Amino acid sequence: MSNEAVLHGAATSHDAHGDHHHEHHHHETFISKYVFSMDHKMIAKQFLITGMVWAVIGGLMSVLFRLQLGYPDTSFPWLEDLLGKWWAEKGHITAQGYYALVTTHGTVLVFFVLTAGLSGTFANFLIPLQVGARDMASPFMNMLSYWFFFTASVVMLSSIFVETGPFSGGWTAYPPLSALGDASPGSKTGMDLWLVAMALFVVSSLLGGLNYIATILNMRTKGMSMTRLPLTIWALFFTAVLGVLSFPVLLSGFILLIFDRNFGTSFYLSDIFVNGVGALPNEGGSAILFQHLFWFLGHPEVYIILLPAMGMVSEILSVNARKPIFGYMAMIGSLFAISILAFLVWAHHMFVTGLNPFLGSIFVLLTLLIAVPSAIKVFNWLTTLWRGNIRFTPGMLFAIGFVSLFISGGLTGIWLGNSALDIHLHDTYFVIAHFHIVMGVASMFGMFAGVYHWYPKMYGRYLNNTLGYIHFWVTMIGAYLIFWPMHYEGLAGMPRRYYDYSIWESFKNFVELNKFISTVAMIVFATQLLFLLNFFYSIWKGRKVTSQNPWGSNTLEWTAPINPGHGNWPGEIPEVHRWAYDYGKDGREFISQVEPIGADESHH
Amino acid sequence: MSTATTATTKWWNGGKSPFNVEYGKLMMWYFLMSDAFTFGAFLISYGTIRFSTNGWPDPNEVFQSFPGLGSGHPLMFVSLMTFILIISSVTMVQAVKAGHEMKKNKVVINLIWTIIGGAAFLGCQAWEWNHLHAEGAWWGHNPFLNADGTQSSTNFTNYFFTITGFHGFHVFSGLVINIVMLIMTLNNTFEKRGHYLMIEKAGLYWHFVDLVWVFVFTCFYLI
Repeated sequence: MSNEAVLHGAATSHDAHGDHHHEHHHHETFISKYVFSMDHKMIAKQFLITGMVWAVIGGLMSVLFRLQLGYPDTSFPWLEDLLGKWWAEKGHITAQGYYALVTTHGTVLVFFVLTAGLSGTFANFLIPLQVGARDMASPFMNMLSYWFFFTASVVMLSSIFVETGPFSGGWTAYPPLSALGDASPGSKTGMDLWLVAMALFVVSSLLGGLNYIATILNMRTKGMSMTRLPLTIWALFFTAVLGVLSFPVLLSGFILLIFDRNFGTSFYLSDIFVNGVGALPNEGGSAILFQHLFWFLGHPEVYIILLPAMGMVSEILSVNARKPIFGYMAMIGSLFAISILAFLVWAHHMFVTGLNPFLGSIFVLLTLLIAVPSAIKVFNWLTTLWRGNIRFTPGMLFAIGFVSLFISGGLTGIWLGNSALDIHLHDTYFVIAHFHIVMGVASMFGMFAGVYHWYPKMYGRYLNNTLGYIHFWVTMIGAYLIFWPMHYEGLAGMPRRYYDYSIWESFKNFVELNKFISTVAMIVFATQLLFLLNFFYSIWKGRKVTSQNPWGSNTLEWTAPINPGHGNWPGEIPEVHRWAYDYGKDGREFISQVEPIGADESHH
Repeated sequence: MSTATTATTKWWNGGKSPFNVEYGKLMMWYFLMSDAFTFGAFLISYGTIRFSTNGWPDPNEVFQSFPGLGSGHPLMFVSLMTFILIISSVTMVQAVKAGHEMKKNKVVINLIWTIIGGAAFLGCQAWEWNHLHAEGAWWGHNPFLNADGTQSSTNFTNYFFTITGFHGFHVFSGLVINIVMLIMTLNNTFEKRGHYLMIEKAGLYWHFVDLVWVFVFTCFYLI
């Protein structure tokens, strides 16, 4: 069979290539090493740094609209100097600017930072290193994945600068607002660019996802059975499967939307009257249809964002508590359960859209079921910490912070999952608070934990700890101060996405609270700049890593040289003899996965 | 390694592919799953809209023309198209089989037949689109009446052109892939590699595109 010919042929040539690579370092140009790199570690850094650029842009946008929300009556003349009349007139963020900011903030943070920046970075960096492979299954496709993301980024960025502004109908892009150019300035060119950028993003995500799956299944080193994989890899595996199966549905939805926008179709449009244009001829379409297609991606998407963070947190908690992860198989099982349920709950975003209430009740049941695997994970994390010998590194603090945020934000998910309660809470600040804590900030914490923990492996240097601690505490306290009060605003009925609440009598009591939230948001944003300073300073000037395994960790990436070349291990790829969590076993602090099981070793 | 296919082999213990396939084929299968979701989303959207609409045109009345024979031949032409596409799948199977047997000439001949079949299908589709367009059908325009004689929704043509167009785009890309495969075969690329695995992967894609057509055909022409 030709299949076997390839399997065996590829295996030998791959090894030969790796060895060859390390014996004589062949010449790499700047372009092949830093730009069109096919080394998974470099591609990971490209994803990370592009994600950081987007995080700054997206974060800055939130600061700008928080300025409007907190200080609606104050004039900031410098805003107009900085942003121009379209965005800020007479020192106030304009209404169209506000909606553009809110929309772009959402799109950028969800897709460009927490999807590409998070799983793009850590799937690329950790999968080959932790499963014991020289690189991804297809380094070329991996490179393409980044460059599709880069192109998507350029298109999305350019949409901010077009005359009619970027798309401004909310990150969910519901039609008819997103389908009709006449509906708002942002629905013109800005929306076209938004759709092109998102289509490119889907391609990038598909190329990346296929690679992650193939690498995890096919490229594990000898002895690395699936149940010896670190939980990071399991989480990244499920993330990739979710992405590969849910993004195409979004693509279908977008293609129909493109036709509605440009070719006179009525997939999502029916019986519409636009102010200044009149009645439209479109008949027979359904705006709800788009919501179904969108949320069929949209809900798995929140797990695409969350699972990598969960996986990294599991690993970091175990390493720094110097204890095996509690309930390894239960952790895998709950990741699996979450991935399945992720596809079965999308309509809980649509309880108040006119969805059949009977259908809604089924989605309530399925949604609340997610609490079971989520709780299993939370209790396993807590029991991993229980009586651990905890080292409070910045990475560990962020991992613990993740658990705290996941609990706080997850509990409000149980409220929102009830279709009856959702009638009151839908589209209020309660929802904003819920998803920012459980998905946004929690995943950012997972990402920070990952960066602090694996930075020594990425750059061969440490991040500055003091700055790391300041970063953690300000962000942790700040995140709660920003989002906790929003629950009260939401319970009081304060709707999201409004431009100015001060004109509503019922929300006047929140004027000072909004000011407070905005102020904290600015402080937290400034602290993130401190992190960026730490990050870039430490690449060149950070304390050097002197030992191969600075955290005393069991996983394979710490058996590679401090600055691994392309191919990761000089000589043979290490063989694996045990799972990744032998901490504190038989009186030994840690036992690396590459160490054979001893004759008198106790059973685990 | 070559004796690894014994009953006691621990397929999932690392160091080898658990499904005994190289990564490219694994990726192709996952890609096809992904693409199945794209088409699935399209067809489910179509079903949702169709069943929430009062009345729909009768396909036997819409698709009843045959080039050279005029009208009055319901579903004849699309049956021919479908037949051509399915036959092209058969020749693709032959090409893959010939590849396993390392018979270059047989691979070339069958690939050429597959390419001809694919091109013929696309040609038929172009004719059908052109004919429908001449009748006044296009995105946003539906000249056909519902089966009960009432005014019909434009979503009939909207979905028809979008989904058959998307499928046609897949056939077109499959055609390009097959032409590349043909050129690579003629250049002895696979002979030098010692295997024709690329043909097998191209074959997977081609069969998938065929399979999708069966569903598209059913949804638009039969139901």
